[in-house]
Amino acid sequence: MLLSSIVFIPLLGGLLILLMNRENEWAIKTMATIAAAIPVILAGWLYYCFDQSTADIQFAEKMDWIPSLGVSYFLGVDGLGLPMVIVTSLLSLVAITVSWNIKTRVKEYFALFLILETGMMGVFVALDLFLFYIFWELVLVPMYFIIGVWGGPRKEYAAIKFIIYTVVGSVFMLLGFLAIYFTSDPHTFNIIELSQGNQFKGMLLFQNIAYLALFLGFAVKVPIFPFHTWLPDAHVEAPTAGSIILAGVLLKMGAYGLMRVCFPILPEAAVYFAHCLAGLALINILYGAFTALAQTDLKKMIAYSSVSHMGYVLLGMSALTVTGFNGALLQMFNHGIITGALFMLVGVIYDRAHTREIAGFGGIGKQMPAYTGLMAVAVMAAVGLPGLAGFISELLCFVGAFPVYKLITSGAVLGVLLSAVYMLGMFQRIFTGELNPKWAELKDADFREWISLLPLMALIVLLGFYPRLILDVMNMTITHLIPRFQ
Amino acid sequence: MLNYAWWIPLLPLITFVVIIFLTGKAKNLSSYLSILSTFVSFILSCKLFLYLIAHPETVEMSVEWFRTGRISVELGMLIDPLTGMMLVVVTLVSLLVQIYSRGYMHGDPALSRYYAFLSLFTFSMLGLVVANNFVQIFIGWELVGLCSYTLIGFWYQKPEAAAAGKKAFITTRIGDVGFMIGILLLFSHAQTFNFLQVEEFLHRGILSPGLLTLIAVLIFCGAIGKSAQFPLHVWLPDAMEGPTPVSALIHAATMVAAGVYLVGRLFGLFSGSAQAMLVVAYIGGFTAIFAGTIAVAQNDIKRIVAYSTLSQLGYMVLALGCGGYTAGLFHLMTHAFFKALLFLACGSVIHAIHSQDIWDAGGLFKPMKITAIVFLLGSLSLAGIPPFAGFWSKDEILIAVHNSGHTVLFVASIITVFLTAFYSFRLWFVVFTGKEKEGSHAHESPAVMTIPMIILAILAVVAGLPGSPWMGGWIHGFIHFEGLHEMEAEHGGHGMVMYLSLAMAASGIITAWIAYKARWISYESMAGTFSSAHSLLFHKYWIDELYDLTVIWGTMFTARVSGLFDRYVVDGLVNGTAWVTIAMGRGARTFQTGLVQNYMLIIFIGILGFLLTRLL
Repeated sequence: MLLSSIVFIPLLGGLLILLMNRENEWAIKTMATIAAAIPVILAGWLYYCFDQSTADIQFAEKMDWIPSLGVSYFLGVDGLGLPMVIVTSLLSLVAITVSWNIKTRVKEYFALFLILETGMMGVFVALDLFLFYIFWELVLVPMYFIIGVWGGPRKEYAAIKFIIYTVVGSVFMLLGFLAIYFTSDPHTFNIIELSQGNQFKGMLLFQNIAYLALFLGFAVKVPIFPFHTWLPDAHVEAPTAGSIILAGVLLKMGAYGLMRVCFPILPEAAVYFAHCLAGLALINILYGAFTALAQTDLKKMIAYSSVSHMGYVLLGMSALTVTGFNGALLQMFNHGIITGALFMLVGVIYDRAHTREIAGFGGIGKQMPAYTGLMAVAVMAAVGLPGLAGFISELLCFVGAFPVYKLITSGAVLGVLLSAVYMLGMFQRIFTGELNPKWAELKDADFREWISLLPLMALIVLLGFYPRLILDVMNMTITHLIPRFQ
Repeated sequence: MLNYAWWIPLLPLITFVVIIFLTGKAKNLSSYLSILSTFVSFILSCKLFLYLIAHPETVEMSVEWFRTGRISVELGMLIDPLTGMMLVVVTLVSLLVQIYSRGYMHGDPALSRYYAFLSLFTFSMLGLVVANNFVQIFIGWELVGLCSYTLIGFWYQKPEAAAAGKKAFITTRIGDVGFMIGILLLFSHAQTFNFLQVEEFLHRGILSPGLLTLIAVLIFCGAIGKSAQFPLHVWLPDAMEGPTPVSALIHAATMVAAGVYLVGRLFGLFSGSAQAMLVVAYIGGFTAIFAGTIAVAQNDIKRIVAYSTLSQLGYMVLALGCGGYTAGLFHLMTHAFFKALLFLACGSVIHAIHSQDIWDAGGLFKPMKITAIVFLLGSLSLAGIPPFAGFWSKDEILIAVHNSGHTVLFVASIITVFLTAFYSFRLWFVVFTGKEKEGSHAHESPAVMTIPMIILAILAVVAGLPGSPWMGGWIHGFIHFEGLHEMEAEHGGHGMVMYLSLAMAASGIITAWIAYKARWISYESMAGTFSSAHSLLFHKYWIDELYDLTVIWGTMFTARVSGLFDRYVVDGLVNGTAWVTIAMGRGARTFQTGLVQNYMLIIFIGILGFLLTRLL
């Protein structure tokens, strides 16, 4: 029942909030925080109880749901899912604490946010394609409203673009699921059976078509070039908490889908398309970085840096080596906490200055020293500085991918240089130099902001020094997964 | 037995953490903590060094850091005489600089941040020096880069300082891209990051010569960036925007020498490829003479010394490229002392006259006797005058270059001897002799600054002795590379090289004396006569401007193009698709008018058409 609790306690909290008095905002916020905090504790317990020495599914819960169609309620975690459960629970709690300053429609906001968390958690623990799809779609609706109602000036455009883009993607994904279901013998939606049975051995054409259908669905979410343009719009318009979740968790759903569904169920197609994926990874990394460099809006810049950093995930995956996969999954985790922290920091300055134009700041460092220090850590983590989380995962992606794609990986290393160019350029323009007199009134980060930032910061440093905390969890599952691609 | 060695890098790290989290508000406490921990590290380093003198062996200690698949990444220490020497140099210079900073940085509001990052730097540099594998050395490598970035930009409200920090970080990272690819390439063949295992792998001779050269050159890119060799040298002069003690520690004695150390540490890799050695030698030799010429025409006291650092680093790289393993690393050590000394003495001058322009100084000998004398000792050492430290190590380098048979490089390095002596004494004569400037209230720095300088001055005098015949060239026995030892021992033309270099150094000093002390010739009219040459040197061969127009412009252009491409082409297609869909919907809507007559008309036409096709 542990996994079900993690998945549905937020939903329960959300429903309770709907029953609460709209006037009592403090109670609503407290309720939401508790409902988001419990999954964090449970995820910690899950981590503690998790057996790192096996690749099997753990904490499995299985019940028939629609027996005539072979649909079951099947939850479980292994080395792929557990890191994502942890990062989701953590970022959801952080996003909810960040949202305490929401003023409009408080009740609906927190209810939707908790429903969103249930959807995301469900995606990472569902082991039945049908269930997976339901959770996947469940994520879209609350996010659509969060952007569309609580967003910035162009919120309607961004929200519609977000939902149409992802729905189109998931239509293809659904077709892919159905194709897999009807081709498997006996018909099943069970992801574990499908991936272990090597059901579609030798059916390369079928595998390729199904792969492409699924890929479209997942690629939009990652996002992979050229399906990425919903991301900057959604980020810029979304409220801070929405951005944290978008970058920290939603993008990972795409990459996780590739890892959990696409690759294991369709291994031959995965090998067939590996080169293309590596090429797309390189485009993501370099194109994302160059485009980030061209941005004048701070949030947009970080959004494009996400495109670039997700490229490392794709690169690591495409190599189909243990180290590459480990690197990719670790990078998903690390990117989640680093970008989550970055968006939160952007939110802090935006709340005060009501602008995100990089050129409009200048010399903030003197005015907000503590904030600047936190930003410096997050920026350096995004630049891939050793001692902070991002370095190890990028290194592993490179080490894993290099023997397979020498030139592409060499090109990808340039991304590390470019990230320094745009990140430090931003840092220089906003924080150093003479203080722009316009900002002489800005207040430094307050207590609530510190509290919501500290866990992420601590994790960034901790994982930089001791990556085994996450690496050891995933290693066994991945070691068992990779031989399937040989 | 050697377990205490772990504490050498760890103590400064602990200090960093303590300062950041606990003593940030207590500035003085932070600085004392930092000095104390570095002192303990220094004592432990000395203990280790003495042990290594008695037992010159290689000891490896390591723990597994993490594991992925079959690959194990470790953190460890590789302790051999080279490590021992570097540990002593780094901790000693760091200690002296930190003590000196108590005076130089007195009253700075951000003193805790200053000492925190000096501690972090010391840790990172020590971690780099003791590394037993590529990942760890790369980590130390990047972390010293971070400390350099933050300390150059320490006074971040000065836009130049912030820009210089960024420039340093990014320029060295360009080299690091090559370094990283080199590591990846080597790893993909050797399947290990461990230095000793890589060496073993290289001994097996599986690697093709071309690949070996490629790997060595790629790794050398990292050294080019960090040791500010041409063409990535542009960051170092700008780095002088940082506080002067930082320049002494990071940008003279230790971090910039990391590139040289890297080549030394991986000498088994480099010496295996003659082509790679040639690249190393020519890059070093070119940088030596190139930077030497620029130094001649600069007016900023710190920049002169910075270009001199470039030039001397070029010497070290040149020596290694010519197979002079001992010579290059020996010069690294002596240079660390006399160049740190020169920077601290520069700091003392700047402290006194509040300007960095040498023409604002003059006649400072009288008010600042100690600074003037230690500056002179440092300059003599730098110029290579016996029996000062620099003479012995530079002599070794010249012999190594001579023995390698690269005539061009030898000529360049001999000319550089002249340039070195000339610019050092130009600086000294202008700043310390002549008339004192009007309204100058220059006075000697406090003891907390002069004592570290005096200690370094003593080292600048005696640190060369291990390479002198009086100690029987002891350094050759201590720091040597297996297999190369014999080659170096075959000294030929030893005396000739020494006399030649002495003559060049002496004529450099005399020329400087004629032009800047005796004023027999007017340097102003000289600069006027050769105005184009002077302008070329003064503007540092316009390299910065060239980069602005090519690399930087190219990058920004690409960025702008991809930004526009993204907005108008990629997103344009997306919105275009949406528009087409909407238009099709609108088109389809015209059929659904809700007027029964229209439907009847269409049905009628349809039936008509159907009947017609049937009939015909």
